[in-house]
Amino acid sequence: MIDEIGHFALVLALLVALVQASVPLYGAARDNAPLTAVARPAAIAQFALVALAFLSLVHAFVVSDFSVSIVAENSHSDMPLLYKIAGVWGNHEGSMVLWVLILTFFGAGVALFGGNLPPTLQARVLAVQAMIGAGFLAYILYASDPFIRIVAPPDGNGLNPLLQDPGLASHPPCLYLGYVGFSMAFSFAIAALIEGKVDAAWARWVRPWTLLAWCALTIGITMGSWWAYYTLGWGGFWFWDPVENASFMPWLAGTALLHSALVVEKRDALKSWTILLAIVTFSLSLIGTFLVRSGVLTSVHAFAVDPRRGVFILGLLTIAIGGSLALYAARAPRLAPSGLFAPVSREGALVFNNLLLAACAATVITGTLYPLFVDALGETKISVGPPFFNLTFTPLMVPLLIAVPIGPMLTWKRADLLGAVQRLWAAGVAALLAVLAGWYIHSRGPVFAVLALGLAAWLVVGAAVELAERLKLFRAPLSESWHRALHLPRSNFATALAHAGLGITLAGVVSTAIWRVERIQTLHPGDVVDLAGYAVRFEGVVPHPGPNFEGQRATLVVTRDGLPVAVMQPEKKHFPVANQDTAETSIHTTGFADLYAALGDPDPRGGWVVRLYYSPLAPFIWFGGAMMFAGGLVSLTDRRFRIGAPARQRARAAVEPRPATAGD
Amino acid sequence: MARKLIYLLPIAVFAVLAAAFYAGLGRDPAIVPSALIGKPVPQFALPPLLADKPGLATADLKSKPVLVNVFASWCIPCREEHPLLMHLARDGVAIYGIDYKDQPADAKAWLGELGDPYRRLATDMEGRVAINWGVYGVPETFLVDGTGTIRFKQVGPLTIDVIDRKILPLLKSLAR
Repeated sequence: MIDEIGHFALVLALLVALVQASVPLYGAARDNAPLTAVARPAAIAQFALVALAFLSLVHAFVVSDFSVSIVAENSHSDMPLLYKIAGVWGNHEGSMVLWVLILTFFGAGVALFGGNLPPTLQARVLAVQAMIGAGFLAYILYASDPFIRIVAPPDGNGLNPLLQDPGLASHPPCLYLGYVGFSMAFSFAIAALIEGKVDAAWARWVRPWTLLAWCALTIGITMGSWWAYYTLGWGGFWFWDPVENASFMPWLAGTALLHSALVVEKRDALKSWTILLAIVTFSLSLIGTFLVRSGVLTSVHAFAVDPRRGVFILGLLTIAIGGSLALYAARAPRLAPSGLFAPVSREGALVFNNLLLAACAATVITGTLYPLFVDALGETKISVGPPFFNLTFTPLMVPLLIAVPIGPMLTWKRADLLGAVQRLWAAGVAALLAVLAGWYIHSRGPVFAVLALGLAAWLVVGAAVELAERLKLFRAPLSESWHRALHLPRSNFATALAHAGLGITLAGVVSTAIWRVERIQTLHPGDVVDLAGYAVRFEGVVPHPGPNFEGQRATLVVTRDGLPVAVMQPEKKHFPVANQDTAETSIHTTGFADLYAALGDPDPRGGWVVRLYYSPLAPFIWFGGAMMFAGGLVSLTDRRFRIGAPARQRARAAVEPRPATAGD
Repeated sequence: MARKLIYLLPIAVFAVLAAAFYAGLGRDPAIVPSALIGKPVPQFALPPLLADKPGLATADLKSKPVLVNVFASWCIPCREEHPLLMHLARDGVAIYGIDYKDQPADAKAWLGELGDPYRRLATDMEGRVAINWGVYGVPETFLVDGTGTIRFKQVGPLTIDVIDRKILPLLKSLAR
């Protein structure tokens, strides 16, 4: 019964979405206030209906109702509650419902908290949002109905064991929050094209939504990479897999969008480019969904390969992306640029940032889709691997990273590059020291890796110097610096935090990639392996059963110079329901390096294959990602757009009549 | 006019993309033939594993048809296919080995235990050369003809079936 209610709610949500996509648009065009006003209640109703459908699906999983097809296929009565719930989005149909839930959640957010938006803009944004919603709801009902009933089997097939992990349980919601969050920027861009007006106020409304999406995507990617690191058992953290790239492309474009929206907000320039970036960022999110769902590219992650779905999604893509780009081609030429600036200026630095980030995104797209093109042209299937990405991505990232600390030092309109660089002397010294230290520790390493460490130090210390400059730290009395710190906009702290996080991640990526020590060996009880100065003794393997798997647990005793360091217990799990094996790695971290152990297969003579890795600075990769995420959050709390503060908004509206002019 | 055309560029790019997506639909992504079949072997030179047996380089693969087997002592399926390699070697098939990401001492002990079917035996400790060969994982076996061109590739352990139906007929036709 509950499942039928959920199904019915989805149908109703589609009808509401169709109304929301058309009526307010007509109302806004005809200046008809009652019709325009339909948008808000419709958006809230659409969210409520989709939430009802989602909750009934959660209910079916929690009570293990195996008469629902996807529950029988993806759940099992033995599974812990957490994985029963995660099972909702651990499959194609359920994950699409989650996708639409988040989409309508954002729509309801604009309806509830967008009271300060001009009514026509708000109505148009919600209409565009509803078009996307209608497309995906139709897709769910037509090609991937989550509520299909079957004759209930005695028990379910269980969730893919690889997905039975706390990290992965929360990974897709974060990623989707990011993907779908960019739909807000997209809807705002389309609405602005329809209105024919882009100004500083528009940018100020778009930025928090973009920031929120960016934060979610950042933490989602970070968690995904952490998951790959500790569950796949090969010590790697990023594989340039099409599905990883699908999340990385919108991230790159979204990062560019965040920065270019800043220029629109502060200087009223780069308007048409920002609109294009907003369209492209969400388009890349859609293409990401398409790549994962349709199986056009070979990937270890793809869990739904179905051409019929592919055709439908491709149709949606063509309408959404093709339509919006056509609108862009027609309307964008009229968005005249107004703010002028010299090449050396904050704007110039942000343009530089955008060009390089766009080039990076283009590189990733090319690498990801190249096999598809070759295939479409009738050549053989090929795969583009990490060497391509390392070769093309690095030269683009290096100038970008060099510029990161300089950009915030420059003033708007016209800046003094030499002066800015001079103020960064401390960061330069730190970079030099890092290079020397890296050289001293790893004299065998490739030169560029040591230089990259210097670059990381440049980023981190550069971010600190930027803050110190603003606080006049060490230059003014401490009390004045403290006073300045209290009044400095939070966005300045956010910038420093995010940029420093980038440096931390860079340090982790480079040293893990270059200086990782790897030992793959067959070990017998009592064997000792030397790993980067640590002695690892293999004690043996004992059975270690779990609720829904059979486990084998190895014990490794790690010592250094005879002193105990850690006991590591990597496991190998066999899931009988799915007849699948997974590896549970054991990681001992010092904060500056990881010791990493994974248990492989037994050989017939009592030995076990054990993979051991020593990865210097590996924890920095995810720590830096978390810092960038934190930076985004801090920026969200900046008073410029603390959403849901109507009193301040009204006060501002009183002094600052719309449309707001440039600057702040 | 030219300025207007720039604004049409994004949609033109997307049109090409969409066409490629459409063409890509309906093809089975699971079929991944090796890109290297029919291509010359990559340029490489690897040191020998054993003192009394030569290593392997590109130039060594241009005289006669051979099998190149990538293996490791820590690889359990390699142990499975090893007796087949011993058989082939006894029947006079030339097999060259590349020991992948392995400790030399382990590899030596392994060969001491199971026998050594290789005429040339190189060690690829870092696994860099294996990447150039497009190796996904061990074991993998390549058939290289007398001109240094890869003619066949087996991903995973060799089986009697593959040897009888693919490798031996191909070797026979190449010998003619």
